[in-house]
Amino acid sequence: MNLALNWIGFQTLVRKEFIRVIRIWVQTIVPPAITMTLYFIIFGNLIGRRIGSMDGFDYMQYIAPGLIMMSVITNSYGNVVSSFFGAKFGRHIEEMIVSPMSNVTIILGHVAGGVIRGLLVGSLVTVVALAFTSLKVEHPFVTISIILLSSVVFSLAGFINAVFAKKFDDISIVPTFVLTPLTYLGGVFYSISLLPVFWQKVSLANPILYMVNAFRYGILGVSDIRIGYAYAIIGLFVAGLFGLSLMLMNRGTGIRE
Amino acid sequence: MHALSIRNLRKIYPNGVEALKGIDLDVEAGDFYALLGPNGAGKTTAIGIICSLINKSAGSVDVFGHNLDKELEAAKACIGLVPQEINLNLFDTVQNIVLNQAGYYGINRREARIRAEKYLRELRLWERRKEPARNLSGGMKRRLMIARALIHEPRLLILDEPTAGVDIEIRRSMWEFLKETNEAGTTIILTTHYLEEAESLCRHVAIIDEGKVIENALMSNVLRKLQRETFVLSLRDRLTTPPVLDGFETMLRDDGDVEIAVDSKRDLNELFALLSNQGIAVSSLRNKANRLEELFIRLVENKQSVQLPEKD
Ligand SMILES: Nc1ncnc2c1ncn2[C@@H]1O[C@H](COP(=O)(O)OP(=O)(O)OP(=O)(O)O)[C@@H](O)[C@H]1O
Ligand SMILES: [Mg+2]
Repeated sequence: MNLALNWIGFQTLVRKEFIRVIRIWVQTIVPPAITMTLYFIIFGNLIGRRIGSMDGFDYMQYIAPGLIMMSVITNSYGNVVSSFFGAKFGRHIEEMIVSPMSNVTIILGHVAGGVIRGLLVGSLVTVVALAFTSLKVEHPFVTISIILLSSVVFSLAGFINAVFAKKFDDISIVPTFVLTPLTYLGGVFYSISLLPVFWQKVSLANPILYMVNAFRYGILGVSDIRIGYAYAIIGLFVAGLFGLSLMLMNRGTGIRE
Repeated sequence: MHALSIRNLRKIYPNGVEALKGIDLDVEAGDFYALLGPNGAGKTTAIGIICSLINKSAGSVDVFGHNLDKELEAAKACIGLVPQEINLNLFDTVQNIVLNQAGYYGINRREARIRAEKYLRELRLWERRKEPARNLSGGMKRRLMIARALIHEPRLLILDEPTAGVDIEIRRSMWEFLKETNEAGTTIILTTHYLEEAESLCRHVAIIDEGKVIENALMSNVLRKLQRETFVLSLRDRLTTPPVLDGFETMLRDDGDVEIAVDSKRDLNELFALLSNQGIAVSSLRNKANRLEELFIRLVENKQSVQLPEKD
């Protein structure tokens, strides 16, 4: 692999993805900011007052890390799936396929785009959260590394979704039927210790639970799960999904057949 | 050195269509090569495989000695493609489209800007560089795809019907541009349904039909193979029956013009001598069809093989 060529190719993809996010900011940045503000007002402020504290924190404070994580996850996923599927649909994916840029670079460039949008929106949601409550970051390294890795996981997942998607409907099926339920059940709004034992066990099969809890641990210092598990699981997902993406690209699935 | 060398290339699409039934082609470096054939012959499929857009079912492709299966990256770096279907990101600006393409080939931004200006000016798109591609007309989009294909200065430029839907003036300026590009050393492969375009530009021609190569030779040899040409003559005075001219086949058309088939071994002088002996005055003369077109129609539509001199 020609490293100099691929490095320039990667930078080009990142720049292109960034310009895309900014160009359509009304679709990419504004809606999550509005949705999250509503969550803070309704769940945090209005209902939260009645709920009282959770794990020793204001309900508002308790849900803030989960809501930040939720927006990073959905936006990372959404960015890659629509950008890459859009490139397939508009056929300009061919610009990348005919070029000598490697498949690894194509994947990493799109993942970087997803991470950029995820973190952009995540930062905005953090600012919104700070307007309602105060957040003191207990473990900065955990906070940053977990949000980055989670963003990578869902960018890769979005990439794979785009590889298989044949029509626009196909890029909303996974977010609607898989991503949203898993996020809501991933401990964004509650501690799983509130659940019956059986449902606690079931919840442990949900990867998003580990991300939300590890991130909450980074900010608030409390978690339902062991942080080491979270890193292991997220690491496995990064490796597995990257391997799968690369295999699909090398085969040309959904592109060259 | 061959710019392109294809052996026994086959493609069966997942729906069972056998688009290529084992084709062999060699394109010399520096050549200007026409790839002709009726709709559905397999031209775009072959080009798609050469450019890694389509997986092949069997066979091998070498681009400037780089085998597609072994040295994919090196092979890709040699090729510039202008596809048949518009595949531009219509929301992106003209300038960004070519700059990004340069980036995908590892050209740094500074160099890319210099080249982008050069090629966008040459293809008369510089004034439109800040606009999104969707604002361009169909012909301009084709020119943008040419600029995009040239930005990494490929040794082999492949154009799949670049002049479809392009007006005559732009088409002629595109021909000039392609001629210059070829003279500057770029090997060019062109598909087109305008046969006079192939005839005037290309040195070599291959004709594909139903996934097989049915003709492959120097353009001059192919044209020489045509033993007969048909001329249409307008006469000063209308005839009621076709003229009888010894050794020439004649036919009277409904519009009063006369079609005369002339064997390549005979001179037009002979024909005119016979006509003037009979007191028939000719006011104008034209070819019935372009010569390559005659061959093409004979080969493809009549599936009649033309027996011909060896190719060189
Ligand atoms: N993606 C595909 N799936 C199935 N069959 C296909 C596909 N693409 C092309 N074909 C078939 O393969 C054959 C060759 O098509 P191809 O596009 O290569 O022809 P072509 O020579 O480029 O024609 P044209 O002059 O119309 O562009 C046709 O029968 C076509 O229907
Ligand atoms: Mg075609």
